[in-house]
Amino acid sequence: MIAFILRRILQSIAVMLAVGFIAFSMFRFIGDPINNMVGQYTSTAEREILRKGLGLDDPFLVQYVNYLKNALHGNFGNSYKQRRPVSDLIIERLPATLELSFTAALLALAIGIPMGVYTGLHRKGFLAQTFMVLSLIGVSLPTFLIGILLIYVFGVILGWLPTFGRGDVVRLGWWTTGFLTPKGLAALIMPSITLALFQLTLIMRLVRAEMLEVLRADYIKFARARGLSNRVINFGHALKNTMVPVITITGLQIGSIIAFAIITETVFQWPGMGQLFIQAVAEVDIPVMACYLMLISFFFVVINLIVDILYYVVDPRLRTERVASAHG
Amino acid sequence: MVDPVIVTSPRAWRRFTSLVARTADSDIAYNFRRSPVTMLAAAGVALILFLALFAPLIAPFDPFDPGSVDIMNADLPPAWVDGGQSAYLLGTDNQGRDILSTLMYGSRISLGVGFAAVVFSLVVGVLLGLLSGFLGGYTDAFIMRIADIQLSFPAILIALLVDGVLYGILPREMHGDFWFPILVFSIGISGWVQYARTVRGSTMVEISKEYVQAARVIGISPAKIMVRHILPNVMGPVLVIATINLAVAIITEATLSFLGVGVPITSPSLGTLIRIGGDYLYSGEWWITIFPGIVLAALALSINLLGDWLRDALNPKLR
Repeated sequence: MIAFILRRILQSIAVMLAVGFIAFSMFRFIGDPINNMVGQYTSTAEREILRKGLGLDDPFLVQYVNYLKNALHGNFGNSYKQRRPVSDLIIERLPATLELSFTAALLALAIGIPMGVYTGLHRKGFLAQTFMVLSLIGVSLPTFLIGILLIYVFGVILGWLPTFGRGDVVRLGWWTTGFLTPKGLAALIMPSITLALFQLTLIMRLVRAEMLEVLRADYIKFARARGLSNRVINFGHALKNTMVPVITITGLQIGSIIAFAIITETVFQWPGMGQLFIQAVAEVDIPVMACYLMLISFFFVVINLIVDILYYVVDPRLRTERVASAHG
Repeated sequence: MVDPVIVTSPRAWRRFTSLVARTADSDIAYNFRRSPVTMLAAAGVALILFLALFAPLIAPFDPFDPGSVDIMNADLPPAWVDGGQSAYLLGTDNQGRDILSTLMYGSRISLGVGFAAVVFSLVVGVLLGLLSGFLGGYTDAFIMRIADIQLSFPAILIALLVDGVLYGILPREMHGDFWFPILVFSIGISGWVQYARTVRGSTMVEISKEYVQAARVIGISPAKIMVRHILPNVMGPVLVIATINLAVAIITEATLSFLGVGVPITSPSLGTLIRIGGDYLYSGEWWITIFPGIVLAALALSINLLGDWLRDALNPKLR
């Protein structure tokens, strides 16, 4: 057990070192950092002094280690374009992305699980078949297209909902929230539905498949033989046993919700981290790109580590052979 | 007595006709004829493929020829809406380009990038999978570790990050020339793991079979055994993965282009067209963005349906 966790932690650290290396190499590949800091009229001598002072003369590996040290202290340098510390920019954008992702995850669970249970129980029913066809279409439609359709129908034609931004936000210390104002909540509706839809279909299909599997099990037949009511069997016995995979998959999906937020944020001009990253790519703002790269990798590594350990704790069968934890 | 067909055409033709006859008689063809949804999907893919391939011949206008584009025709709605002109069946965009024609050329680019990306990840994945399964040991452990790590990230995020980083590295004036390799590389690299895993698994099964041992005994080189003997026997599932991945690759390309880090505006793909049209949605010009959206969704859905069918048809356990 301890050996397993240690091995996983070591692997996570190796991944972070590799991502850090990629992030750091971007600085080396793209232009001269000094040129990004000084004006045209700085003399060569002054440039050399600056170069020495910043440690840019040091060997590559020394610079890499220094970069990692700074990153561990939350210092990712200044944005080339906005001339502000990258960490400030990220912290400013973090609440928007997290609120959006949280709402989307909640929606996906609150709608996906009941739909999955329903389609599992009434496999041949008309409504269940409709759900299944809709879910196939939902998987085929790219996220950004769903967002655009929503904007056109509810924003442009009907004019019910705001089509961009976060609406009014309230400041709570360094955190800004849109949960507390009507406009903020209205602005949240379309982006969170867009972001939730893919996860929703995934959870629905997963719950359905698990329900079908469990309903075939012997202990369900036994429960029926005992004359228990359908309600008790379906929800007390069957649903409860489908929850382990659902919880683990949902855990893994939190990372992918944050990743897909990049697309949703761009569609709805939501001022989150994803939008920051896309802007940084367009403006070749390397410090911001590097920081986002490391941050999102860190999210993923941590989530995967936790889920892997949870697997191990929850299901003793997996202690001998590890199954694939995720796909696609 | 000589059969006239054989006289006029050599063995190649006979082989071809027998192949057609065998295909028409096979289980797969039977399965295909029994599933109307699959036939519809196949028809959809075939139609889009046809329009895309022959776009320069059949498109009503050449949207990239400045001579045929007239700004006076900008923002025309589709022909059946008030103010539409019959010459422009699906309307025109903000620069006066015919939407139907841009759609045909756009699908061409989308399909081109999609196919190239799938081939790239297929070659990389199959190669690494073969090596992994054939050599075993440290090579296997190393390749599969990387695969595990990559699997823990969503494919589209990997494509986006690789694409973003490459775009950042490349000087701006070179984007116009290098968008195709960049896109193919970043989408392709995000999809190799599935192939590698599948091929590794089947290679490990095949390697212990007698025909491989026999090949070894008579002294055939390992490289030749891998390519000539094992490879043909592990390709079945690979084709299914490739079909489904084509839809994924096309959607990924569209997403990247929509985000503005994919295909440039000068030669728009479906995603770029949707991105351009998105700005005009607010002023009610829905056709600029909705039509490319419909084509993209239809293409992805049809390919997905075909892939699902192919998976079931090739899997004898499900029959």
